[in-house]
Amino acid sequence: MFTKVLYGAAALWLAASFFKDRKKTRLALKKAWKSFENILPSILAVLLFIGMVLSALDEETISRLLGAESGIFGMAIAAAVGSISLIPGFVAFPLAASLQKAGAGYGQIAMFISTLMMVGIATLPLESKYFGRNTALRRNLGFFLLAVISSAVMGVVMR
Amino acid sequence: MKRGKALFKRYRIFLFLLLLNAALLLFAPDLGKASFATSFDNLREMLSIIPPIFLLLGLMDVWIPRETMMKYMGNGSGVKGSVLAFLAGSFAAGPLYAAFPVAGIFLKKGVSLRNVFVFLGAWSTTKLPMMLFEITQLGGRFAAIRFCMNVAGILILALVMERSTGEETAAEIYRAAEEMAEGGPGGGTH
Repeated sequence: MFTKVLYGAAALWLAASFFKDRKKTRLALKKAWKSFENILPSILAVLLFIGMVLSALDEETISRLLGAESGIFGMAIAAAVGSISLIPGFVAFPLAASLQKAGAGYGQIAMFISTLMMVGIATLPLESKYFGRNTALRRNLGFFLLAVISSAVMGVVMR
Repeated sequence: MKRGKALFKRYRIFLFLLLLNAALLLFAPDLGKASFATSFDNLREMLSIIPPIFLLLGLMDVWIPRETMMKYMGNGSGVKGSVLAFLAGSFAAGPLYAAFPVAGIFLKKGVSLRNVFVFLGAWSTTKLPMMLFEITQLGGRFAAIRFCMNVAGILILALVMERSTGEETAAEIYRAAEEMAEGGPGGGTH
């Protein structure tokens, strides 16, 4: 749905741009391609890396580690898996829901989702390209702390 | 020849992983196949989201003057600028790695560091499609509590990030953004 809106917006703007100024439009296309090609090597590497990690750790394994043993150990695993992997949200939420039904605590689930979305170790090289290593590390660390704090609260409140 | 070498250098990590995965295919076929399948699925998903994003980025770069972005989200844009950055991130689509190029253009257009971090935080955490998904899958209470804590956390972190980034580092970030948008070091078109 949102992707369609994006496509629509891009198509409309492109058409308007084309009618108004062809030269500028060509420049825009060129810039679009340049910035895409610029990060393509990092993205391809990230995708392959994630593919290998995810196939080594299948859903069952993840579910077993987080589901049965809760507590701080489960939290730590949730944080590690969430920080390292990069699963799209619409896969992560059903996975989280099934974990919850399997008996995992809300704290662990919140930790998994939060770190998954906010912290990206696999994408750190890409992020560093834009913000520099130091700033990228600080952002990830900061959001990791936010994930820990909010998940701990979730674990207590959602009892 | 020199170009080929540069190309190889840029893609060397990808090529190394590709070889590694091919080796997996040879020695542990199941794992190798699963890995390739997952990577391919992710690639397809990425390619379905990314074209309009980069198209919009290119158009934005050409058509929206730096002054406009600076006025709305630059230094001194106040609370309004942060709200705008927050909304921009929340209404976005795509994984976090798609947000970095957008952040790059924002930086190039003079958006303040704080608002760029607000934007990244919102993109990663309070994206609307994901929120709807979270509510249906994990319940409204779970989603609402998480949302409130995350909004507060994002705003605080953005402020901390801005304050703790030294002037030199900030200048370096803005300079790098300029370079990336022009096609990276050595790839300029001027």
